[in-house]
Amino acid sequence: MAFIPHTQGDVAEMLAAIGAASIGELFDEIPASLRVDELPGVPEAIGEMEVSRLMQARAARDQGAMCFIGAGAYEHHIPAAVWEITTRGEYYSAYTPYQAEASQGTLQLIYEYQSMMASLTALDVSNASLYDGASALAEAALMAVRANRRSRAKRILLPRTVAPVYARVAEAIAGTQGIEFCQVDYDTATGTTPLAALAPWEQEDVTAVVIPQPTFLGSLEAVDALTDWAHARGALVIAVVNPLALALLKPPGQWGSAGADIACGEGQPLGVPLSSGGPYFGFMTARASHVRQMPGRIVGRTIDLDGKPGFTLTLQAREQHIRRSKATSNICTNQGLMVTAATLYMSLLGAEGLARVASASHANTRRLVDALTRLPGVERALGGPCFHESVVRLDRPVGPVLEALAARDVLGGYDLSTDYPELGHALLVCATETKTAEDIAHYADVLGEVLKQQKVA
Amino acid sequence: MSEPLIFEHSRAGRFARAQAPVAREDVDLPVECLRTEPPVLPEVSELQTVRHYTRLSQRNFAIDTHFYPLGSCTMKYNPRACNTLALLPGFRGRHPYAPASHSQGFLACMFELQEMLKGVTGMQAVSLTPMAGAQGELAGVLMIRAYHHARNEAHRNEILVPDAAHGTNPATAVMCGMKVVELPTDDDGDVDIGALEKAVGPNTAGIMLTNPSTVGVFERKIERIAEIVHGAGGLLYYDGANLNAILGKVRPGDMGFDVIHMNLHKTFSTPHGGGGPGSGAVGVGARLKAFMPIPVVGRDGEHYRWLDEKDLPQSIGRLSGFMGNAGVLLRAYVYMRMLGHEGMRRVGEFATLNANYLAARLKAAGFDLAYPRRRASHEFIITLKRMAKDHGVTAMDVAKALLDYGYHAPTTYFPLLVPECLLIEPTETESKEALDGFVDAMCDIMERAARDAEHLKGAPWTLPVRRLDDVRAARQLDVAWRPEEAGA
Repeated sequence: MAFIPHTQGDVAEMLAAIGAASIGELFDEIPASLRVDELPGVPEAIGEMEVSRLMQARAARDQGAMCFIGAGAYEHHIPAAVWEITTRGEYYSAYTPYQAEASQGTLQLIYEYQSMMASLTALDVSNASLYDGASALAEAALMAVRANRRSRAKRILLPRTVAPVYARVAEAIAGTQGIEFCQVDYDTATGTTPLAALAPWEQEDVTAVVIPQPTFLGSLEAVDALTDWAHARGALVIAVVNPLALALLKPPGQWGSAGADIACGEGQPLGVPLSSGGPYFGFMTARASHVRQMPGRIVGRTIDLDGKPGFTLTLQAREQHIRRSKATSNICTNQGLMVTAATLYMSLLGAEGLARVASASHANTRRLVDALTRLPGVERALGGPCFHESVVRLDRPVGPVLEALAARDVLGGYDLSTDYPELGHALLVCATETKTAEDIAHYADVLGEVLKQQKVA
Repeated sequence: MSEPLIFEHSRAGRFARAQAPVAREDVDLPVECLRTEPPVLPEVSELQTVRHYTRLSQRNFAIDTHFYPLGSCTMKYNPRACNTLALLPGFRGRHPYAPASHSQGFLACMFELQEMLKGVTGMQAVSLTPMAGAQGELAGVLMIRAYHHARNEAHRNEILVPDAAHGTNPATAVMCGMKVVELPTDDDGDVDIGALEKAVGPNTAGIMLTNPSTVGVFERKIERIAEIVHGAGGLLYYDGANLNAILGKVRPGDMGFDVIHMNLHKTFSTPHGGGGPGSGAVGVGARLKAFMPIPVVGRDGEHYRWLDEKDLPQSIGRLSGFMGNAGVLLRAYVYMRMLGHEGMRRVGEFATLNANYLAARLKAAGFDLAYPRRRASHEFIITLKRMAKDHGVTAMDVAKALLDYGYHAPTTYFPLLVPECLLIEPTETESKEALDGFVDAMCDIMERAARDAEHLKGAPWTLPVRRLDDVRAARQLDVAWRPEEAGA
């Protein structure tokens, strides 16, 4: 039996110690009518060798395309050391560090992670992570409602330049808790949120304003002006940021005259593989004054009985296992293993390495857009700067073009026409540091062929 | 020896040069968007990084290094093949928005995982997207809420929760806009049926139950409970925290549950990772099928595809940016294939055998079981009330002392209704020798409590740190290293 070590002799001795005649007898408190003998849908066991062949064949089916999709998940080089160390059994197979003395490795690592994230976002405190970027925004909205005692409205302004799926997730998680998310329009010429778009709430009670940087469309918001607008009206600012971009971009803690209050986002670019969308991790940092309203675990440095420094989970009075129905969130686990990877990644790259990766991604995306827009029927859709994603507009529907590209093993980007129909046949493209000049030329060549072969509708 | 912070290894200008592009590229961005000072990140070599985090890892207890009988957490062996195969390049590198043409291998695994989970739980459909047990709970209660709203019974806003429940249950109910009605547990660990009958009514939305319960016994009157709650128009939610106990023996769907979440990181052996990622797949019965969180994998003939808003217009929506913790789900898939249906049945049997054996041996050694008249499920509770009274040695002292013996502590002070308790869950992957070693350590501690209580109250003595000052940690909050410290 897979992974069960008992010999027949063990079983006999153990049953004798219990005073039971058979293992079956141990289930005698369960009503007989409920017991089952069959598990439909579960096949016969196979060994590690057989399951390896099966998985290798399946993985190979999905492999081999060149990927220019971003849209919230980004392909970056991940140093081999990151996952070699992260999957050491001591990290991989440990649980939440409740027994601090037996978990100093994980606890110190999280403290180091918190320090790195606080510095990257220029805010004071970080939690030990949340599930992913989208759910982190939902938690940030709930936190803002708790933290902004001047506001009674539970109203969060959510620009359309935030990833549409983040808006859906925030609504699904926080919408039932009485939070009203108000959609803020954007300027279709630049893909950014103008101050004028906030005018409808000029005189209203606003709890918080969400500001993405970069936006889902790759563009850069006027974060200073938006932050000051919010603060002037007593609203908090929730920054939704790409942590890698912060190697170059102004950190949320320095936005406007007072800085954002909460920053959150998707941690995946920091050493976590694409892996079909997860596991990733959401990060969250904030000003020290809001720390007691933060969801999730937080590690603090303290001393032991002998006065020696050590690390422990702290401020647990916020959490569900103590507070139960009065907790700040129902969150129990975080994404510890992903945080381990991100900490190793940031340690290996340092500020200079991160800036190089970010600038290479930025430069490659500009090259890609230049190459694609040299083709007839392809144009830039937005004016203004972008970080490492950009929108191009085609002269025909995007879906069939993407299919034809995929048939040639080029995953050409993310089709925006469902979520942003006003942008026309718009395609979001991304080229990170992993793409070479040849890769970019290849995409342009293949797109050129596809556009030539397909008739314009 | 303490390990310095990674920042204390820093030297200006150092980083792992093999890991980044050879130079910075020109940046074409407005200056007001740019950062003026670089973030303070470590400046260390690759070797320094590897050595530091390898050393830190050695300051952890883990399943791979120690017996880890943490109750309610199912710390069983995490087969290495699950990790290796989930990280195959084709899986690791697949973008979540890759088209179906480049996703059939992955989707086939997810579809089959949904089918297997249906089979072992007796539910009618499964959604894999919740990213942890608590998010599975959220999904479950949101579905119950959506169900009542769809039937024009939005006034149903009361969720019944036994007093022994995990803290996530009441916290989740409140997050979904529900009121929590607490149910008492009777002396033998079952839900008090009389109290349940009084508690249900026209506002009952549902009940959240763990079975076997958090006190480590099977809820014997589960069919009666289902009858009462359904009779009142409420639905039944199954918290899958303790599914390992009954895997292959009884199915929540057959007990009358309408929705369940499964902790794949417990029952299906995906890693706990130092506190996540978990995975809280949900299974539903007929009543809640339409409300499942999306996306779900569907199959048209031989072609797999995502089912989304268009296919499930009544869905409670999306709970994650993509489709949940895909890599964790792949690990669970590999595990289930290696166990097969026969292996799955053995899980519940041997988890129960190990727990009952350990309980019997500890009882024989003089420890008090909290529910001596009951069979243990896959876990059981001992209460150290007597030791605390006679020698002043508490459950926490015993937990810390166990660390010195090389055992991770059981869960302490949960459930809250048993004083000075240890909740012990050995899991099926531990050998008899490992359990016997644990009993020896417990006997040694018991003997020492009478002779040298002070030693136990000061434990642990052999770990990297002794007991930590939690009060100071909360009062003098230090949650991030500051560059100013570098000069200190």
